[in-house]
Amino acid sequence: MLIKDVVCPFCGCLCDDLDVEVENGRIIRVDNACTLGSKTMVGDDRLKAPIRRDGKGWIETTYDAAIEEAAQILLDADRPLLYGWSRTHGEAQGIGVHLAELIGGVVDNTSTVCHGPSILAIQEVGHPGCTLGQVKNRADLIIYWGCNPIDAHPRHMSRYTTYATGFFVKDAHRDRKVIVVDTRRNESADVATEFVQVEPGGDYAVLSALRAIVRGRGDVVPPSVSGVSREQLVRVAEMCKNAKFGAIFFGLGLTMTAGKNKNVRNAIELTDELNRHTKFIISPMRGHGNVYGTNEVFTWITGYPYAVDFSRGIAFYNPGETTAIDILRRGECDACLVVASDPAAHFPKPCVEHLARIPVVQIDPHPNATTHICRLQIPGSVAGIDAAGTAYRMDGVPIRLKAIIETGVPNDTEILQRLYNRVREAKGE
Amino acid sequence: MTELLIRNACVFDPLNGIRGDVMDIAIRDGRIVESVQNNADVIDASGFLTLPGGIDSHSHVCGTKVNFGRYMSPEDMRAGRTARRGKMHVTSGYYVPTTYGNSYRYSTMGYTTVLEGAMAPLEARHTHEEFNATPLQDMLANTLFDGNWSIMEAVHAQDVKRAAAIVAWTLSSVRGFAIKLTNPGGTEAWGWGGDLTGIRDPVPNFNVTPAEIITTMIEANELLHLPHSVHLHCNNLGKPGNYATTLETFGLVPDLNKNRQTLYATHVQFHAYGGSTWRDICSKADEITKSVNAKPQIVMDMGQIMFGRTMTMTADGPMEFNLYCLHHNKWSNHDVELETGSGIIPVLYSKKSLVNCVMWAIGLELALLTKNPYQCLLATDNPNGAPFVKYPEIIGLLMSKRYRDEECATLHDGIDQRTSISSIDREMDWNEIAIITRAGQARALGIAAQGKGHLAPGAEADLAIYPIRCDDVDPATEYRKVVEGFQKTRFTIKRGRVVARDGDVIVDGANTTFWVNPTIPDEHNVANDPEFVKKFEEYYTVRMSNYPVQDVYLPRGRCIKTEADI
Repeated sequence: MLIKDVVCPFCGCLCDDLDVEVENGRIIRVDNACTLGSKTMVGDDRLKAPIRRDGKGWIETTYDAAIEEAAQILLDADRPLLYGWSRTHGEAQGIGVHLAELIGGVVDNTSTVCHGPSILAIQEVGHPGCTLGQVKNRADLIIYWGCNPIDAHPRHMSRYTTYATGFFVKDAHRDRKVIVVDTRRNESADVATEFVQVEPGGDYAVLSALRAIVRGRGDVVPPSVSGVSREQLVRVAEMCKNAKFGAIFFGLGLTMTAGKNKNVRNAIELTDELNRHTKFIISPMRGHGNVYGTNEVFTWITGYPYAVDFSRGIAFYNPGETTAIDILRRGECDACLVVASDPAAHFPKPCVEHLARIPVVQIDPHPNATTHICRLQIPGSVAGIDAAGTAYRMDGVPIRLKAIIETGVPNDTEILQRLYNRVREAKGE
Repeated sequence: MTELLIRNACVFDPLNGIRGDVMDIAIRDGRIVESVQNNADVIDASGFLTLPGGIDSHSHVCGTKVNFGRYMSPEDMRAGRTARRGKMHVTSGYYVPTTYGNSYRYSTMGYTTVLEGAMAPLEARHTHEEFNATPLQDMLANTLFDGNWSIMEAVHAQDVKRAAAIVAWTLSSVRGFAIKLTNPGGTEAWGWGGDLTGIRDPVPNFNVTPAEIITTMIEANELLHLPHSVHLHCNNLGKPGNYATTLETFGLVPDLNKNRQTLYATHVQFHAYGGSTWRDICSKADEITKSVNAKPQIVMDMGQIMFGRTMTMTADGPMEFNLYCLHHNKWSNHDVELETGSGIIPVLYSKKSLVNCVMWAIGLELALLTKNPYQCLLATDNPNGAPFVKYPEIIGLLMSKRYRDEECATLHDGIDQRTSISSIDREMDWNEIAIITRAGQARALGIAAQGKGHLAPGAEADLAIYPIRCDDVDPATEYRKVVEGFQKTRFTIKRGRVVARDGDVIVDGANTTFWVNPTIPDEHNVANDPEFVKKFEEYYTVRMSNYPVQDVYLPRGRCIKTEADI
């Protein structure tokens, strides 16, 4: 059976034009997807049942027993952390937030190690953005800054930017210029009109220099800024001012290098400045398929996009204190529920060491690095493959992920709802 | 079968001509009935003021830009925090509260129905998700068509039927309630960083004018027999001298519907400025109300501002950029492909600012100079003019000349030269307040037929009982009692169930979303039209099959079907 217009749940592009062939309840072919997307949809290797450690090794257990054990771990904890959420659908994320509210825990999502600094910058100066179709239909200048879409978001260029034909951009190749800014020459730079190589840690200075030039104060810019010549900076600034519609996309090269949120703030303020000359937007390249959804769901329930601490009864937010990394690094949390992410693969060593010391429950269908440090793992179905639900694209467009095969595996919403109900019942509510 | 009897209620029900009668109200299974059995539950209203549940006909509470207002404002989230308690979830925020914060505060103020003022069709799913987390109010969504490419092409082709067919397909696909035009044409111009300066300016690349968009959409709206009229945010919002654009726009509107207005003009305070710069801005509320008093086909809402901090958020992207250039505060913008724009910036309305004082006075003048209260409804364009928790203060101001004078005495001296607020003696009565906060909204939105905004047998049993004894309180002098009384109901009843009591919400809530589905003959269905489908094939970044909002997002949706005349 051929299913059309399937949504790929892998990255923040959420391409919704996949053709998927299903036979005997298995996905056998995927068309239109990139290699990352195809790999997500086929060859999906999963746990068959919940597993728990019995002191010697892993043993299989039932969903009922696993949920009971998970509930007890959370009930026994003084400072539980509920982390992850970015690969599951919004409905499950919502229950996760309410679970944290119920037990007075901390709930955080993977933004904490990717675009958290972008959020901090946006909270300082706002975010001039748009949906990706605006860029596709109008933009004649694209800037990729500190990101490598060819590797990380392989269809971003063909669906939304460089190679995408739009209403006002009939010949994408000729009508559109691309600038790549990075510390090293990456694959995306090979297709750029202009490559700007910045010395590591130099992004803030380069952004400041561009702002000065755009404001007509090029005279204060020295001959070279963090390895970039003034001549090139002036050229780039002119390209920006002369564009009819410019779009900056940025990645972790800006958010997770020296300067962090201040880099992003500077890039946003450059965008603000350019809007006095022409139309310009800026947008983060969000990684996980539904990481933006976690920010949305957290925000409408708690008021904050990530790092929410309910231990005071109210929702409290102080990144640097209530962020997962900081709580783990301080050795503060005494139990952790991991959902739809893999902190053991991505967190700093001291954080993972602390996770290994405390009871960790993981709700995830795949054996991963976190499996090695968790006490209990409960496999749910995968949003976009055998579970339906809402995901938010990197530009905020909400898309419904489809269940394209039926596996009988409970989805994350069902598992979390049962866990929530059990904890609530145990608390006598 | 559940039955409830409310005894000794002092009822104002303007749509049924009830003015302060002390009476019993019988409720069965969520609806008002003639009588109930002797064993029904009883609530003693003790002679308190009892009104149909409040209806907000223009408020921004759910969806992409509202949530972005929260996202970018941790400072506001800290400004209003409550812990989980009883049935109530944690809430955060003062001017852009979390969804539960909005829902609880509206509910404790007696509001049971809220219309979200602006939903971009492409992002409708988000609005509906937040509706589900706003559990104590029935919700409706204004759907944005101001920069819709297919609509502008139909307008250019002077094809009203095609415009109507596009509206029908879109509203039913995104589960929308009404046509919203925000700065029509201007949001498309903003796609290139531009704006329009009046209703006769052509939209770049589309060769239509705002005037043509507005008139075509008004006709399309009536061909579809939608419950509500076109809901318009006029061009040139917030610019000195813009009253001329507003009057010119009102002049376009024919009287096409005998049951309700033909145009709903929203937050008119922001569109009633005289002068030519911020230095000589003045009120033109007299001119605007003169026009409205002569045109029964127009209903407006106040768009009142109140002093203090708040957040402006609108689909009017270019206006927000202008505001950013004025305030230099943080600025967000979010244009939506083929459809509309949006912008957000925080503001502080200050009594020290003459401009802000003039704005404050204009909103009140509009309400007080409009003769028929059904034609000027109470709203702040929440949170743009002020968060909705300020409504009780506005009621107090409209009911008391003394309160207005006391406030004016604290404002910038220039207000007397720039406005006529001090010379207006009118004081509204309870019945008029009931009209401008519920009955008028029900009629304007066309939902009285759905049982909203009145208390006749068959109506939905949505009620608010306020701790105010109308006979004992003189609003003209005891306005503080009025303000306090409207801040917190004794009981808020939704579909026959007590949902809030003395400021606490006591149930989880189970709201309904109203949406419209106009029936179109097959030959006019744009889903079969290659030109329309091409928009999705080539220009949208979402496939047409993935665009409609699935039923799962409206667990208690109620569809209003209409038969189109095409």
